This record gives sequence, structure tokens and C-alpha cells, in this order.
Amino acid sequence: MTYDVTIDGKSYRLDLNRTDGNWSCRVDGREIEVDAVLARPDVLSLRIGSQAYEVKCERVAGEMHLWVGSQRFAAEIRDPRSLRGRVRTADDHGPKKLTAPMPGKIVRILLKEGAEVDAGAGVLVVEAMKMQNEIKSPKKGTIQKILVGAGAAVNAGDVLAIVE
Amino acid sequence: MPSRSVMNLMFKKILIANRGEIAVRVIRACHEMGIAAVAVYSDVDRAALHVRKSDEAYPIGAPAASESYLNIQKILDVAVRSGADAIHPGYGFLSENAKFAKACADAGVKFIGPTAAAMDSMGSKTRARQAMERAGVPFVPGTSRGLESLEQAEQVAARIGYPVMLKAAAGGGGKGMRLVHAPGELRSALESARSEAERSFGDSEVYIEKAILNPRHIEMQILADEHGNTVYLGERECSLQRRHQKVVEEAPSPIVDAEMRRQMGEIAVRVAQAAGYTNAGTVEFLVDQQKNFYFLEMNTRLQVEHPVTELVTGLDLVHLQIRIANGERLPFTQDDIKIRGHAIECRIYAEDPDNNYFPSPGKITLLLLPSGPGIRRDSGMYEGWTVPMDYDPLLAKLIGYGTDRDQAIGRLTRALNEYFVGGIKTNISLFRRILSNPEFRAAKMDTGFLDRLLKHHDAQPAADPRAMEVAVIAAGMYAVLGAAAAGAGERPVANVDAASKPSVVSNWKSAAHKESIR
Repeated sequence: MTYDVTIDGKSYRLDLNRTDGNWSCRVDGREIEVDAVLARPDVLSLRIGSQAYEVKCERVAGEMHLWVGSQRFAAEIRDPRSLRGRVRTADDHGPKKLTAPMPGKIVRILLKEGAEVDAGAGVLVVEAMKMQNEIKSPKKGTIQKILVGAGAAVNAGDVLAIVE
Repeated sequence: MPSRSVMNLMFKKILIANRGEIAVRVIRACHEMGIAAVAVYSDVDRAALHVRKSDEAYPIGAPAASESYLNIQKILDVAVRSGADAIHPGYGFLSENAKFAKACADAGVKFIGPTAAAMDSMGSKTRARQAMERAGVPFVPGTSRGLESLEQAEQVAARIGYPVMLKAAAGGGGKGMRLVHAPGELRSALESARSEAERSFGDSEVYIEKAILNPRHIEMQILADEHGNTVYLGERECSLQRRHQKVVEEAPSPIVDAEMRRQMGEIAVRVAQAAGYTNAGTVEFLVDQQKNFYFLEMNTRLQVEHPVTELVTGLDLVHLQIRIANGERLPFTQDDIKIRGHAIECRIYAEDPDNNYFPSPGKITLLLLPSGPGIRRDSGMYEGWTVPMDYDPLLAKLIGYGTDRDQAIGRLTRALNEYFVGGIKTNISLFRRILSNPEFRAAKMDTGFLDRLLKHHDAQPAADPRAMEVAVIAAGMYAVLGAAAAGAGERPVANVDAASKPSVVSNWKSAAHKESIR
């Protein structure tokens, strides 16, 4: 299998195959000797050369993070043959979604649909565990849509508003 | 009627009016003593660990604490229905509520804690201060009445010594407060403090206190039985706080020697006796840089940080609380109590270190637990459990014990590296920063330590390229292994950019599928 892997924003080409429990591995064309044991779901014990690593996998709100020791990395993986997985270039154009960073309750909506908003300005307030958190606009623009009402319960990753 | 101790009968059933790690802690003590444990739970806590560990469990209503864990009537109803002999309130919620203690007594259920009268006398700051002054307890020097003139302010300041703090009598939140370093600053500081107090509280009364710069927060654990015996169990250093919330505690305090411990302990015992106090309690002190200590307040309950005292004294405070409430005498005297070794506690909160430590409830997808020498873990969480958003974010306490402070730090650091909580954010990384900080290592701490540490953002160490490469390979392996390698998190996992999120995933599944048909 060939994958495009992005770790904390940096891209790598990974060739990874398994035969009879043995892995063969190339990162950006460079061959790496590796052996792996799935210690339990979401925990891999890796040996790279003779170095041992424990890698934990965290899957939340559609995102994957990998922990190598106590370092946490955002990971994305795509099959380059798959059209669906093709990354769109990130830019400031087009609508941006504001999502809930944690489960909570919407306590206030600070701006109405159609309002102008600056990058970093608060749009809504989510409360969880007695603390209030302002959800800020990622860009300057107009509030295209507010998708929740005050008092609504939301889950992590729920889209709360769209800024155009 | 003969007392329980005479009849030598122990409680048969105790209701724990709490949730989370402390409810589990008390349930464990009950079971160790052969006592049945009754849990109560709100609608969002049916799956909570304290319910799983209990012998009987009763729903008490809606998630809002006022509807459940703070509802005196509902809790007493459960006590009566279940036939509980006693109620342990834990900390927080109803633990320092004198009305609750009285309602328990009226209902014939023993409240495991001080009497309502003792709580009341500590609840009011002014009444507490009067009682304490009579008992010869040291307070921060100053006037307890408003200043009448600049001349009076100058006289008092000269007497107690600079720097001094001007404080609004009606104050709070830092409003109407002025720090004055020298006599020349006093006039303008007094004027501005008065006008700010007038604007903020409609009351311009300002009083003066000696300013304790960079104080330490050190507290003394006491135990008092119902037969007039009171002992102190040594101090805890709790100077590491964020927003007045303790984060790391340790025992003994690195700056307290045997003589200072004896002085603070004897004063703490006097405080307790002046209040007619029974059961476990804590007397809090502010300590200045010359090691002068001043009474702050008394906490009339078991403290979150009680395990560090348990580890260095070898005593079980919850067992002792239950025995005292059962009418037994303290099974030891002051001379029997010895401090041995060093213990440090980290409070593991569901908080996001990258988002200003904002609470982070949610589902725990992966939980790896530390163990080994000198490690104690008091926890209310488990893998697969969803941390509700309705309560305090304390998940667990990790406590390291060692022969000395260095060994305790080493063990705790090692255990923090073993501890992994996936799916939600926790403050575990903060403890790595604290425990490796040179000033913490040298025990140079005060209540401003953590704010200073958090203010200067450590330059994030550049990502280790080797670790990144390991992550690349692991990402590929998880893709190849597919759903079989996935734990309690979401599955299948979305792995593409936000723009294409709706067409959820499964490159994971398809990768696994392709692999299997190869």
C-alpha cells in the first residue's frame, strides 16, 4: 500500500506492506526496518531498528492523533489513488465552519446571521463544566448561518455557525 | 441509650452523598471495613464509576447539582429508604453545609463530619476571627475596621511595616485593592482605593493589612474525636494553584521543620478546639518569606489532597472519619504520629492545556494506567466512560510517594509518562512541566508560581523528527490494520480534511479491505 501521510502539517509518502506478519516499510523512498505488535486496540508497540516505541492512537471528532511517548501529533492519511482523499489546499477563501471544541451547552449567541465579523471575534459562547468558552471566527467575513439556538446541547465537532 | 462505642457496633451501611473519585474513595473505605456502601447519582451519572462500585444505588434527579447532589431532601429520602446509618459527604457539594449536617442529625442519620454548630462557627469569617483571636491564633496584622484618616493609615502602616495592602471592606475580585510599598505612596493609594471601592461597591470603607508578598499556602490536617481528643497529622504544602484552585500538593512542606510543624500543629488544634470541632478538618495558613504563618480559614471536611497525608503518616483518614463518627476514641496520641517519606499529588483534570485549560468533557477512548512502586491513583474514570459536562473537571489524583522528595518526584514523573488518557484533553502535560521545573525541584514555590509558569509559554520543543517518522509509520499501520486496531473511539475514523468530512470515511475500512483481498 502507498499512503500520503501528513504529520503536524508535514507530508510524507509511505509505502507499507505486510507479508506473513513481517512489515516492509519505506518513508519517502528510504527503507526502514520495522516490526510491530498491536498490544491492544489503539496501542502499537513498534521497533524501529532496535529502538522501542509505544504509539497511542486517539480518534475524536473525525480527527486522528498519534502519541509517540508524550508527544502528540495530528495525523492524516490518504490513499493517493483515491480521489476522495485528495486534500484541498487550505486557504482563507470560501465558507468556514465554526465547530464545538467540546460537548456543552450554547449559552449565548453573540452575532446574528448577516453580521460582519472580524477574525478572532467571538460568535457564540459554549458552556461546559461551569466554564464559558467563546467560539471565535477563524476569518473576517459575514455570518452566513447560525445553526444552533441558545440553550442547545452540542457535541464536540458539531457545526455551530458558518462564516462566509 | 448506650453509645455505639460502648456497644461496639459499627455502622452497617453508609450513604455517600457525592460522585467522582471521592465517592469511589469512600466506597473503598466502607468495603475495607465491612460496611455496605449506598451511592446516589444524577441522570448523567448512571454509568459513573461510583455507581458501579456501590452495593446499592439510587437515582436522585436531574444533572444540575441543585436538583441532585445538592438536594438535601432527596438525599435524606434515600438514606431513610436504604436504611443507611450514616452519610459521608465527601468534599464539595453538601460537605460544608451546616443545614445538611443538622438535617441528618434530625433524621437520625449520623453525619460523618463536624457538628452543624462547629461548621457555623467557622462559616462566618468575622465570628471565626473573634473565636480565633481569643484562642491566640495569628492573623495577618492590620486593622479589622475601616480607616478613618490618612494619619491613622500612616500610623498603622508604620506599626505593621511596609509593604501594606489597602483593601475595600466590601471588596472582592481585587477591586479597591492597592499594594503600597512606601509611606510616600500611601496618600494617593488610599484616595484611589476609596474612590474605586465607592464606585464598585457603593461603600468607600477601606482597611489596611500587612501585604504578604509571594506567600506559601500551607495547611495543617487535624483529627478530633467526640471525647475531647484532638491531634494534628502534619502539614501539606498547597502553594501550586491556578485561579485559586490547587493543582499540586505535597507533604511534608519542604520549608517546614519539626519545630515549625509543632507550632502550626498546636495552633491548628487550638483553632479546632475553640470551635468545638470534631472529625477531620484542615486549618489553612498563609506563610510569608520569613516563615511567619497566619491563619486563613478552616475547611470543615475531608480535603481533596488528603492522600498525601495518608502516605506520610500511614493512616487512613476515611477509616478514621468513620470510626470517629461511630463514637470511637482516637486510637493514638500526638506522640504516636510520625512523618515518614514524602508524597506529592497531581490533580488530573479534564482540561485542555492548549485552550487556556478550558474544561474538556467527552468520551474516554483509551486509558492506560500507571502502577509500580510508590504510586497511588484515586480515580473516578474508566475507559469508555463519557465525562459529563455538568460537574467539576477533576478526573483522578495521581500520588507519588518516596523516601524523600526527589524520589517522589522521580516516581511521579515516571508514572505520568505511563498515564495516558485518550479521547479527552487532560492537564497531564502541565505536571511534566511543573515537575521538571528547576524552581519546583528546588522547592522555591509560592501561590504565584503557576501563573508565572503559564505566562511564559515554553517555546514548544521542536518536534523530534524521529518521533514524527515513528508517527508516519504508525499511521500507516493503523490504516492497514483497520477497525481491528481501533479501540473505544469512533470507528471507522475520519481521516481526511474538514472539507470532505461529511462523506465519512473509510479509507481505514477500505484500506483494510484492500489488504484482505490482496
